[in-house]
Amino acid sequence: MTAITENKPAYDGQALDLTGKSGARAFKNTLATVLIVLAFLIAMIPLLWILGTVISKGYHLLLNADWWSQSQRGITVRRQGGGAYHAIMGTLIMSLITALIAVPIAVLGAVYLVEYGKGTRAARVVSFMIDILTGVPSIVAALFIYAVWITIFGFNRVGFAVSLSLVLLMLPVVLRSTEEMLKLVPDELREASYALGVPKWKTIMKVVVPTAFGGIVTGVMLGLARVMGETAPLLILVGYSKNINLNPFNGFMGALPTMINQDRTELALQPAADRVWAAALTLILLVLVLNVLARLVARFSAIKSK
Amino acid sequence: MSVNRLLRVGSVAVASLGVLALSACGSDPEPSGSSSPGSSTSSAGAECPQGTLNAEGSSAQKNAIDEVISKYNEKCADVTVNYNPTGSGAGVKQFNANQVDFAGSDSALKPDEMTAATKRCGGNPAIDLPMVIGPVAIAINVDGVDKFVLDGPTAAKIFQGTIKTWNDPAIAKLNPGVTFPSAPISVFFRSDESGTTENFTKYLKASGGGAWTGEPAKKWTGTGAGKEKSAGVAEGVKSTKNSITYVEWSYAVDNKLTIAQIDNGSGTPIELTADSAGKALAAAQPAGTGSDLALKLDYATKAAGAYPIILVTYEIACTKGLPAEKTALVKSFLSYFVSKDGQASLTDLNYAPLPAEIQTKVDAAIQAIS
Amino acid sequence: MSSPDGTAPPDRPDGTAAGQEQPTIEDLVHEDAGPTPRFEDLAEEHAEHEAAQPAEVMTESGTESAAASTAVPAEPEKKMDLGPVGHLGDRLFSAFARGSGGLVVLIVAFVGIFLLALAIPSLADDKSSFLFSRIWEPGGDQPRFGIAAMFYTTVISSIIAMLIAVPIAIGVALFITYYSPKRLAQPVAYAVDLLAAVPSIIYGLWGIMFFAPILLPVINGLSDVLGWIPLFEKPPGDNVGVVFTASVVLAIMILPVVTAISREIFAQTPISHREGALALGATKWEMIRMSVLPYGRSGVVSASMLGLGRALGETVAVLIILSVPNGNDPWNSSIFAGGETFASKIANNAAEFDSPEKTGAYIAAGLVLFVVTFLVNSAARIIVDRSAPGGKRPRRNRRAGAAQGASS
Repeated sequence: MTAITENKPAYDGQALDLTGKSGARAFKNTLATVLIVLAFLIAMIPLLWILGTVISKGYHLLLNADWWSQSQRGITVRRQGGGAYHAIMGTLIMSLITALIAVPIAVLGAVYLVEYGKGTRAARVVSFMIDILTGVPSIVAALFIYAVWITIFGFNRVGFAVSLSLVLLMLPVVLRSTEEMLKLVPDELREASYALGVPKWKTIMKVVVPTAFGGIVTGVMLGLARVMGETAPLLILVGYSKNINLNPFNGFMGALPTMINQDRTELALQPAADRVWAAALTLILLVLVLNVLARLVARFSAIKSK
Repeated sequence: MSVNRLLRVGSVAVASLGVLALSACGSDPEPSGSSSPGSSTSSAGAECPQGTLNAEGSSAQKNAIDEVISKYNEKCADVTVNYNPTGSGAGVKQFNANQVDFAGSDSALKPDEMTAATKRCGGNPAIDLPMVIGPVAIAINVDGVDKFVLDGPTAAKIFQGTIKTWNDPAIAKLNPGVTFPSAPISVFFRSDESGTTENFTKYLKASGGGAWTGEPAKKWTGTGAGKEKSAGVAEGVKSTKNSITYVEWSYAVDNKLTIAQIDNGSGTPIELTADSAGKALAAAQPAGTGSDLALKLDYATKAAGAYPIILVTYEIACTKGLPAEKTALVKSFLSYFVSKDGQASLTDLNYAPLPAEIQTKVDAAIQAIS
Repeated sequence: MSSPDGTAPPDRPDGTAAGQEQPTIEDLVHEDAGPTPRFEDLAEEHAEHEAAQPAEVMTESGTESAAASTAVPAEPEKKMDLGPVGHLGDRLFSAFARGSGGLVVLIVAFVGIFLLALAIPSLADDKSSFLFSRIWEPGGDQPRFGIAAMFYTTVISSIIAMLIAVPIAIGVALFITYYSPKRLAQPVAYAVDLLAAVPSIIYGLWGIMFFAPILLPVINGLSDVLGWIPLFEKPPGDNVGVVFTASVVLAIMILPVVTAISREIFAQTPISHREGALALGATKWEMIRMSVLPYGRSGVVSASMLGLGRALGETVAVLIILSVPNGNDPWNSSIFAGGETFASKIANNAAEFDSPEKTGAYIAAGLVLFVVTFLVNSAARIIVDRSAPGGKRPRRNRRAGAAQGASS
């Protein structure tokens, strides 16, 4: 807070001369405006280009009901037809399991950091570890789970193993965003609750977490968006299957990223290329729907102050 | 107020669950093979078991096995076969780690791999079954050149990096009447370890006349720029002028690349066809012991009309020791794969069918699995 | 969450959901704090107290928040122990929360130890210098492998990506917060966020198929002008799968991350700072230089570091785009040559991990990536912690900042 007052000298050290010739200053102002608008336009080019490519190449398969209700069983790269049902369900199932494991740990961990351990050395250690976890590349997380799940325990490759490795990737995202949201809860709310004699745990469960609920949900969705697009863990920890398999504890499983990965080697063939872009568009749409859903949940769950 | 909020949260949650549930209900139909609409489930005879078969390995046979699985499902609709084209090494590793029921590999099992495989099969040896012949094409992208001839030594020099430009006299000599640019040759190779590289370098070593200095290996030791997988090198050549690579035939065809004819020393350049590739396999010698059918290919063959650069993908399976239902599945699927029906579907995909003689041997070996 | 009169402290255009229920409280405090920011001072003291005596606060769980309300600066904790902390529910819940914190520590420790255990035997067998060799031939009788080349490519590609992405991201963030028409800002922000949802495999395919050919003239032009510097020397042939192409695609990939966070931070610049600058006669750009950029500097740095972390660890897109140099040519440090990053090398070869020694070598490379990424994240954290304004600070600071501005 004191830093705020020191803030003014803190920038560059060169005070701006506001009394100078207005021509030069106006020119600088215009130049800055032009540059900023230019930056925006430059950023829009790849954005529109990529989205345009994916949408224009992928949309027509999505209009077909089969895409949402059928698998790729018996469909080879040279053949049209089939759908992405197996991959959509695989992606949803694996990310749902990931969320079920990661979210409680992440939320409770954030509660610890904000409500219990604030400022302590133990909390700093936890914080430090989360930073490390943020730096784990997906392929390393996958190799780790492979070593534990298959080499040590001798299990088969299944969807659940993928979920375990995705937990490692999702945990830091959700924990960090939840932590920020809990920090935003005004102390007055906690104090009012304590003043009424409500025990701390109830205060957290009934006042703090519900207040931050919308933000937590948004964080969870951001984490989900990240893990849904991951490819490496799927390649290493579960085989791709063109068939419908809804059991995460047995057998190979389809998923949208691995579906793209299978067909991307055959982009010279139209049917395969169509499916690659359609699967990519489906994945983007899934993330988009989840985001919209998250925003809705956040909006409806927000505590109205009046 | 909090009750209201809970209600709202609840209703959103229920709504989203409902969407999920709906999507879960409204779908399960599986498309039957395109050629036979309607249900073919009733055809499940005595030779059609039920269950799921998982396999993994060579990406060279990916398109072949996908096609055969699709055809096989028209016959046996209750069998699910999954094949993951992650690479020969991965296939053998997963097979030995008991993760898959059979593996596809571009090279026969090495002695130590065989030891591990025997252990995995409960003390019974595993077997190499030659199943798919994938010719390797030398593909180029040079403006104005749509017919191109190479021989072993020249190819070896190009891929070794001793011939650096397209207008080299050695190339001109093989291609009279064709004008080449003076541009440098961009070579693309597989950056991942692959059976294609191993077989191609075996050819360069055998017929390169000493111009290829490295040992044949899955990892590339020549010149050039590496690209990931067959798709990567094919895309590289397609998008780069004055470039050359080695790649499975089907990728060269699908990407509309110019495929080199090979002069194997017999005097006439040999075009890559299913027929000419099959001739090279006919010249191969058996290398396996006992019932093992590993082949020793003769990459330096001078047989007339034989295209010498081929790659044989083996299916690796246990001779004994799998659970009974898995054994039935493996036998059923692999015997379909080697059958006339199974092999016939491969020619359209730019693979060469197994010669009849080898087909018989492989079928006998599959029937002996118990 | 703009307040009715539009003069509320930080006006954040797309306020987080959690912020939505706050205006009344914030406004109240704001008004209170106007003339004499008493509450803020107390809160500040409390915060300092916490920082000074971390261990004590920890042991007296349940009291430290209550302490803030009474705000007796002298020894607040001792007097404010309101008693019943022995609730079974409290103990259980606290145990759960602590357990989760502990679990995170355990997981990371386990991952780290495990990777080390796998990597050490291979490192011990390494016949060449792991850090300084560029040969990569693990497995076999004489394993020789070093990370020098991978390290260089990983770092240089990420740095170039940052050089391209960060200025553009700052521009876009400023555009969204201060330049664009209000009606345009929200859709644009949302569209940029959408870029983050595109799977990286698609970035790779798009990059090599559609983008790289367009980039070729740029590469040729740059190497014509700057070719005398080894960094820009173009090897023969028209290869587009080069470090430069990968860097530009990486820049596009990290753009949404940096933009999103910078946008949030710029929007939080206290309106008093901005209006103060404008009242002094500053132009819009001068206002941004005087108030917005200094305020958001540390936040932008940490956002960039997060982006850099993602660029360092990106796998599939880089794998698809980059061509790999062969082992015979001399090493080329040019950004117009191919290369391999840690992540792309591991992913490219994951299928052929056929012996523990070989696996260990790749795991060791993964560990280096782990360390590099961690160092970047730590650097970001230190920068954020050192410079107080801006960034995602706890609520108190921000409000204090606003109050400070109002009272000055």
